[in-house]
Amino acid sequence: MGSYIPNTGKEQLEMLKSMGYSSMDDLFAAIPDDMKLKDGLALPEGKSELEVSRIMKGIAAKNRVFSSIFRGAGAYNHYIPAVVSSVLSNESVQTAYTPYQAEISQGLLQSIFEYQTMICDLTGMDASNASVYDGAEAAAEGIAMCRDKKRNRALISAAVLPAALETVKTYCFGNEIELEIIPEKNGVTDLDYLKEHMDKSVACVYIQHPNYYGNLEDAEAIGEIVHESGAKYIMGVNPISLGVLKTPAEYGADIAVGEGQPLGLPMAFGGPYLGFMACREKMMRKLPGRIVGQTVDADGKTGYVLTLQAREQHIRREKASSNICSNQALCALAVGVYLAAMGNEGLEKAATQCMSKAHYLADQLTGAGFAVENKGDFFHEFVTVSSKDTDKVLAALEKENILGGQKLDDHRILWCCTEMNTKEDMDLLVRIVKEV
Amino acid sequence: MLLFEKSREGRGCAILPECDVPVVLPQEKDARKQPLHMPALSEPELSRHYTELAHKTRGVNDGFYPLGSCTMKYNPRVNEQIAALEGFNQIHPLQPQGTVQGCMEVMALAEKYLCEITGMDHMTLQPAAGAHGELTGLLLMKAYHTSKGNTHKTKILVPDSAHGTNPASAAMAGYTVVSIPSGDDGCVDIEKLKEAAGDDIAGLMLTNPNTVGLFDKNIREITQIVHDCGGLCYYDGANLNAVMGIVRPGDMGFDIVHLNLHKTFSTPHGGGGPGAGPVGCKEELAQFLPSVLVEKDGDDLHFTKPEHSIGEMKSFYGNFLVVVKALTYILTLGREGIPQASSNAVLNANYMMNQLKDLYTMAYDDICMHEFVMSLADLKKDTGISAMDIAKGLLDNNIHPPTMYFPLIVEEALMVEPTETESRETLDEAVAVFRQLHAQAAADPEGLHHAPTKTPVTRLDEVGAARHPHLRYHFED
Repeated sequence: MGSYIPNTGKEQLEMLKSMGYSSMDDLFAAIPDDMKLKDGLALPEGKSELEVSRIMKGIAAKNRVFSSIFRGAGAYNHYIPAVVSSVLSNESVQTAYTPYQAEISQGLLQSIFEYQTMICDLTGMDASNASVYDGAEAAAEGIAMCRDKKRNRALISAAVLPAALETVKTYCFGNEIELEIIPEKNGVTDLDYLKEHMDKSVACVYIQHPNYYGNLEDAEAIGEIVHESGAKYIMGVNPISLGVLKTPAEYGADIAVGEGQPLGLPMAFGGPYLGFMACREKMMRKLPGRIVGQTVDADGKTGYVLTLQAREQHIRREKASSNICSNQALCALAVGVYLAAMGNEGLEKAATQCMSKAHYLADQLTGAGFAVENKGDFFHEFVTVSSKDTDKVLAALEKENILGGQKLDDHRILWCCTEMNTKEDMDLLVRIVKEV
Repeated sequence: MLLFEKSREGRGCAILPECDVPVVLPQEKDARKQPLHMPALSEPELSRHYTELAHKTRGVNDGFYPLGSCTMKYNPRVNEQIAALEGFNQIHPLQPQGTVQGCMEVMALAEKYLCEITGMDHMTLQPAAGAHGELTGLLLMKAYHTSKGNTHKTKILVPDSAHGTNPASAAMAGYTVVSIPSGDDGCVDIEKLKEAAGDDIAGLMLTNPNTVGLFDKNIREITQIVHDCGGLCYYDGANLNAVMGIVRPGDMGFDIVHLNLHKTFSTPHGGGGPGAGPVGCKEELAQFLPSVLVEKDGDDLHFTKPEHSIGEMKSFYGNFLVVVKALTYILTLGREGIPQASSNAVLNANYMMNQLKDLYTMAYDDICMHEFVMSLADLKKDTGISAMDIAKGLLDNNIHPPTMYFPLIVEEALMVEPTETESRETLDEAVAVFRQLHAQAAADPEGLHHAPTKTPVTRLDEVGAARHPHLRYHFED
């Protein structure tokens, strides 16, 4: 049996005796006997490290690791610089708690301050929190930030990541914000519908850019429509795309949120990821979650603390803007290291390659019996339609250890390219699907 | 010094190759105009920067960390090694189910074992943290009451000793919070509970052992009172580390449970996440669970969506790698090791409390569970030394302070949770430090007011930080 208890049975008994007890049972006297477990837990017997390692490796081996991946739809296969995992493996950082005791948490606090700066710079915004659970949850928190006494409606585009839409719906079931879905037209948010449904009861509008189908929205025009009614404009953005695309601030957004996973976190079957959230200065005090600020110590030395805590649950209890306490600190650290390692040039390169490769693949597929559905510009995802059966196309790729795009329906596929997909991989993919 | 201050134009790391296809860029109207200011640093500089930050960060591996309510136990290394396997890490969440049978097996086993430990019938692994689990649990309640047409049930009972997330989560789920006062013994005041338990009560949120470290022996009566008025009982799993394998929330009468895998099941806190807050429930509520459940069909595992699911709480299936670590831990400890972890957590807490109670006032002088709460109100009156001062004094002695000023019902509270992974010597050393600080409070209060002095910075101006928020580095252009 494995155990992480230093004290031996003999020592445990000595400790008990030092307090006048004879057995562990004495410590649990407050628990009524008829409530206690009689026969112990129905769990397997404990095991040595080697045995457990064998079992878990055996389980991991039942998963298929694809040699090339053309699927995104919310989780993206990007290159992670070696320095990221090296920093994350540091035991002080990994095993620390939330930095309540600032004097012994300056490293962690500084890393969050640096993360906040990078997120602000990426999005063009003024203030960022220390992260939330993931991009979908960030969307829900962003919407909750905007409601006020007079405005209890939120509009969300149908062309957002399905998980984001579903998460927002769930949160709105809780907080009772009236949610309305703006339909899509030709793969983008229907502007006419949006115009017709805006009024003074709308607290905010949420769109995703590039949207679920990879399309660039008419983000500036949407912002103008939203602001005409005095509502807040929330954009969900792909952080890699910000290496080349206009920032949410440039498009006129009030709040920028998104999935941080592309910035140095593995796909990991869906988590842990992180949601980033940034906003204009005037909304700063409505941001949920942890925020780090710079200050000075008693000797005037620069230091960092958790700040603006008057927003938070441990102070405001039921009046808090959100219940969130832990963020995804270690993931935020990964993002910081990733962006520092990439630098401006690396990030622009990643963004350019994502976009270029997606267009290359789209062109090649066009010559292989597929038509690209995207009407305007797209970033690194696009939709094809074909007379070929989607399941057959994907199965043919799977046979060659390639994970094809995400199935949208029997004839439509959502493809994704990143810097990880080489020209050879793409040419091979096209040869395979041509045969289907 | 910040990364941005160390940055020098022209430096960098060579991470990506050149583009091997024709370059396509966005049209002018969508092209970024705002300058980017990512740091420009070589890898040696970068690596050293983060090593320096790590030196200024304190984790469990740096020393004793008796942070009450946070269960700062050792984070086994094998857990990390397993979670880093390519077969878990390099898996896209939307791969065909036939290619992720291993991931699904992890989910199925974790659900099964965690249900066994809590006495629940089903469990969702989707919530990313304890607070996220609380919201999930309350939305299950709401869905349940909505399905029964119980629209008049608009209130949630929360004891005044509860963690702040409880009322905040209730508010996010659209409920009104009714605070239940604690009795003199720190437990739920049954008479007050009876008065509050009416037809408008949707449910109760409670942790047991409670936040003062005591097991509420009236727990069955409490859950019965709530059930009698048609409400559901929610168990906040923050303190489960005291009772694993000894008593189960399901057997206490709870209907919904959230767990903190990053507390009880040894996964690291990471400086404030990622954690995981799975939510278990009784059979009747399983139809409302979010996300998917794993079902066995012969040798194959497949996903099913609960019939009246509340939807999604976030993307995909939760913080999967955290679940991998927790499962590794459960397999290691097994049926004997799990209760031993709990009994030793309780032993260590009582051992420390017993050696301190002649000097420090214990908020409740009784056998404690995995943690105990001291009140420094008398010390403050006598010497001017507050809970904060003692906490800061501990920092200079290489001990992470206990949780301060919580629970709110104890004046000048320090909440101490040693956990089972500390040796007797560590506890003895910590006791000696606590006793020495008590002596210093009388002898040299001024010195303690200025603690810490051995840390990278001294006490920081938090008021100034909040008054003039400086939340990012400002670039010159």
